[in-house]
Amino acid sequence: MNPVNYLYLAALLFTIGAAGVLVRRNAIVLFMCVELMLNASNLALVTFSRLHGNLDGQILAFFTMVVAAAEVVVGLAIIVSIFRTRHSASVDDSNLMKL
Amino acid sequence: MTSTGEAVQFWVLAVLAVGGALGMLLCRRAVHSALCLAATMLSLAVCYLAQGAVFLGVVQIVVYTGAIMMLFLFVVMLVGVSAADSVKEQLKGQRVAAVLTGLGFGVLLIAGIAHARLGHFSGLAEANAEGNVQGLARLIFTKYVWAFEVTGALLITAAIGAMVLTHREHVTAPRTQRELAAQRVRDNVQVPPLPAPGVYARHNAVDIAALLPDGTVAEDSVMSTLRERGQIRDVSQDMLRRMAELEDSSAEWLGRPASGRPAAPKQRGALETVPGEPTHRQNPEEEQ
Repeated sequence: MNPVNYLYLAALLFTIGAAGVLVRRNAIVLFMCVELMLNASNLALVTFSRLHGNLDGQILAFFTMVVAAAEVVVGLAIIVSIFRTRHSASVDDSNLMKL
Repeated sequence: MTSTGEAVQFWVLAVLAVGGALGMLLCRRAVHSALCLAATMLSLAVCYLAQGAVFLGVVQIVVYTGAIMMLFLFVVMLVGVSAADSVKEQLKGQRVAAVLTGLGFGVLLIAGIAHARLGHFSGLAEANAEGNVQGLARLIFTKYVWAFEVTGALLITAAIGAMVLTHREHVTAPRTQRELAAQRVRDNVQVPPLPAPGVYARHNAVDIAALLPDGTVAEDSVMSTLRERGQIRDVSQDMLRRMAELEDSSAEWLGRPASGRPAAPKQRGALETVPGEPTHRQNPEEEQ
């Protein structure tokens, strides 16, 4: 098996995540889709690290994980505070600015 | 080229990962999506381990499936487990357009990788010679030390941001028990304690309302949470109906006139408000 298959897997997972962000309505599930896209990019970075034979790709993947953790914490806090005021986690219901 | 073992592992894990991702996309409940995503993340962790990224594989399991997915599950519990995604389309044709866009994006991405001129896979044997963790540490604390320090600032900012966003300040002081008692006397609706639940000598469960002398249900004897959910069990109607049937049949047998007991008395609220006071309760017949 060619290790390029890992890249195809990463591309497929990234595509599924992107389609999920477009299709789903629940804000929590949207965040999960973003997480899936970040994971797919991590897999690609690890595979590139193996391709080039140095560890810089893994360092990048490590920083991606840290940033993803910070992003999830703040994003979920925003979702919780929106849910408290609007009693809904659906992104369709946040239409206060709509004419 | 990789070994046969890794090829077999890859195909098993790839099917698991893609299946989990599709499950996350297609499950209507957020909890099921979260569990599917956890399966995907676990199989990706094994992929990292297989590719020589030992440290990242363990971090993926501990941080992603351990911490981040648990955070997701906590928020799902806060927001409501049973809340399913709405299927109603706000924008016409948006779902079809989204699926088409996703497909096109995927085709472009995969075709791009297929046409890329990738070099020979050199493998990580040389880079991992002194151990994966040691190699990563050498890079993090020399070449990437500035990024590493900025990461610390980012994490502290995120933690403070989460606390600021979810903290709720009390606008007024919470009411004390004394104030609540004074309010009760002022309202003059229910000054003594509420009746206890349970029909004594038959049931003492908290979800069974007490019976008043005429056989009707004292609704205020069940706590308000169960009342709002409609989880009151009512034994009085059944019992009264059976008693009326028994009396009627015995009267028929003995040739006496029927007792005239009403078959099922109408439900009414337990509270009789003081005349002149505004009623704060709804009509109980609407709640049935």
